[in-house]
Amino acid sequence: MKTFLDAVLAKADYQAVRLLSILREVQSHYQHIPNQAIERLAEALDIPRSQIISVVEFYSFLHLTPQGRYDILVSDSITDHMLDKENLLSYLSSVLKVKTGEVRSDSLVSLNNTSCTGMCDQGPAALINGWAVPRLDRPRIDEIADLIERQAPLDAWPKHLFHVDDNVHKAGLLLGASLDNGAAIQAAFSRGLSETLIELDRSGLRGRGGAGFKTAMKWRFCAEEKSETHYVVCNADEGEPGTFKDRVLLNSYADQVFEGMTLCGAIIGAKHGFLYLRGEYLHLYEKLQTILQQRRDHGLLGSNILGLGLNFDIEICLGAGAYICGEESALIESLEGKPGIPRNRPPYPVTSGYLNKPTVVNNVETFMAAANIAIRGGDWFKGYGTEKSAGSKILSICGDCLNPGIYEYPFGTSIRHILYDCGAEDVLGVQIGGPSGIFISNEELDRQLAFEDLATGGSFIVFNNSRNVLAIAQNFTHFFAHESCGFCTPCRVGTSLMKKQLDKIIDGHGSSGDVTELESLCQLVKNNSHCGLGQTAANPVLSTLQRYPDLYAKQLKSISYEPGFDLDGALEIARRMAHRDDAAAHLSQVED
Amino acid sequence: MTGTINIDGQNIPFEEGQTIIEAATAAGIYIPHLCHKPGYTPHGSCKLCTVKVNGRNCSACTFPAANGQTVISNNEELQHDRQRITQMLFVEGNHMCPSCEKSGNCQLQGVAYHLNMLDNHFPHFYAHREMDASHPDILIDHNRCIFCNLCVRASKEKDGKNVFAIAGRGINKRLIINSPSGKLKDSDIAVDDCAMHVCPTGALLIKRTGYQVPIGQRIYDHKQISEVALTEETSHGE
Repeated sequence: MKTFLDAVLAKADYQAVRLLSILREVQSHYQHIPNQAIERLAEALDIPRSQIISVVEFYSFLHLTPQGRYDILVSDSITDHMLDKENLLSYLSSVLKVKTGEVRSDSLVSLNNTSCTGMCDQGPAALINGWAVPRLDRPRIDEIADLIERQAPLDAWPKHLFHVDDNVHKAGLLLGASLDNGAAIQAAFSRGLSETLIELDRSGLRGRGGAGFKTAMKWRFCAEEKSETHYVVCNADEGEPGTFKDRVLLNSYADQVFEGMTLCGAIIGAKHGFLYLRGEYLHLYEKLQTILQQRRDHGLLGSNILGLGLNFDIEICLGAGAYICGEESALIESLEGKPGIPRNRPPYPVTSGYLNKPTVVNNVETFMAAANIAIRGGDWFKGYGTEKSAGSKILSICGDCLNPGIYEYPFGTSIRHILYDCGAEDVLGVQIGGPSGIFISNEELDRQLAFEDLATGGSFIVFNNSRNVLAIAQNFTHFFAHESCGFCTPCRVGTSLMKKQLDKIIDGHGSSGDVTELESLCQLVKNNSHCGLGQTAANPVLSTLQRYPDLYAKQLKSISYEPGFDLDGALEIARRMAHRDDAAAHLSQVED
Repeated sequence: MTGTINIDGQNIPFEEGQTIIEAATAAGIYIPHLCHKPGYTPHGSCKLCTVKVNGRNCSACTFPAANGQTVISNNEELQHDRQRITQMLFVEGNHMCPSCEKSGNCQLQGVAYHLNMLDNHFPHFYAHREMDASHPDILIDHNRCIFCNLCVRASKEKDGKNVFAIAGRGINKRLIINSPSGKLKDSDIAVDDCAMHVCPTGALLIKRTGYQVPIGQRIYDHKQISEVALTEETSHGE
């Protein structure tokens, strides 16, 4: 073990900030983080062992106990469920003879659920030892099971299992424009860096992650901070369920993204950039490294870029399964080798970000747009969209539609128009912006895609009339309880209480007052939580409750008191221990 | 930068670098809190000190005071939310006040009294939490930990030891001990450490001292936590 760990440590240059990537390698090699490894790493990196344990317990893809040599995680996004995920998971479980959440006794295989893996247009999807396997069906599961039983090494598996499609169905302003490598950097230097920032300001570009902060303002704030060191961070931790456009941008437009980051580095005076790539996109890692190397070889990264005296390079850091790391300050904590817990603000990352240095954090699409604006100018961009939302938005469309995939629209486009394009019929509603966004009903389809109306980081999930609104809200509510970092009380306890309360109502144990209680709990979590996760975790319930109050009310029993607990549910452990499930082993909550 | 801020209609001065809670405490205004303690790096996690600053909810313990701010701390909505957040802490762990040796000296209990909390409101989690009685002089009852992080900060910042850390995610958060066995007996902790004197609840206890002061004669048996916080905050809980 010592030799292996020393090699991993040497590769990480013995930097404690690289703890996450070190632990990813240890996990991959030993299927867990062994105690001896924790001791050795703590000593070599000069950090407390408790920091390592905190990190391991925080990230879903790291474990203190051994997982199977083939570790299968099945995506639990609502879109996977809509594609028969639950039955396929049972099938997978039966052919591999392993229960969900368990490791098979021969340690060969483990099976579990995981949050949305960003393959919603080609689900149901799984991760096998971290590698994406989309389009699961019975024949593919049979093939996978056979490979596992034969213990075929993963790199010898047929490539078709890992093939991921881009599915770009509608290219617009950005996806339709081509950009010669180096052109944005060249253009920015010809125009002048401060003039380019003015051009970016003129473009009206706002952050594409969903929050919509003005990009030029962010870059200017950061540039004005007096510091020897500045950093550029590209947030590719695309974790919002239903979102997968950054996966496509990085697969097919990575040069433009890296060019945008380099441009940002030039403007704010940063020499170092990070691409924080969500762990679920491991399949893109080598490809992106190759592109970075090509850019170095062509003088587009490294020292004296294009002979312009600019020094800038980019490092890729992989996440390890934590939605919260999409929050910019949590992402920075993660980059520093710590659990992804959002920081207190102020200070904001532009003044105190990575290693407390001024840092710009932007979404993948934002950097791509910035690179294009540097070449074509602000007016080109501003010519599209609405007054408050300039340019276009790239959407990941999935769910009940004929052609799920990537679509780009100018801001201001109506939802109805988008639904028509993707072949959605008999629409019940659309979840816009993912679980943290909003559910709109089929009576609101003339609303617009825009920061001033319906803002989204790119998630667009269509539901037809066969779908159950409560089941949707339930899937999302469970997601937030699972992904809450647990730092602050309202979100840590509140998201779990919301889950309990909603389950109680959906399971038919709610009585009058329970929906009111759910709503007031939602408001409490929304108003008091530390970060965007907690502040939006109640949105699935609040936005569906507002539109479909009757659906919630119908679930309630017509009793006036509120049962403190589920009487029959409380007998579950006793039944399991007694191996009984007959009628006499059940109690009804109230006399029917 | 110095100037004044307005809290609940009262203009109070603040000094450069002060947070809202520091300015308030200096002016004799109590804002309920559990994870905050003067002299420690602000944490901002318990959210009891949530106030409205110019209409927006902020943690008073981390948010810097700035000239002209209008702060609302004591209104019905905020007090209601504080009571609910306190109730969340009660149902998350296993808090049995009548049988707890910290009863009467417990800040969680003190805050609950102050907020007029009469029941737990939410369903209990009945979390399975362990005790660590391995150390000859110190006991940890994880049932009572509220993840305020004060012992973590004290051990790191004051004692230079890093004995504690918070691990886990979401509702599975847990306090862990930095020792090879994970047990307190194998750690560097000592009874005189600052970390041993900051726990706002009965999670971290010094053995054989629990009943030296009889119940009925303890801190919050006689005084409101608001009064104690303003007069003796630094020695609070010892």
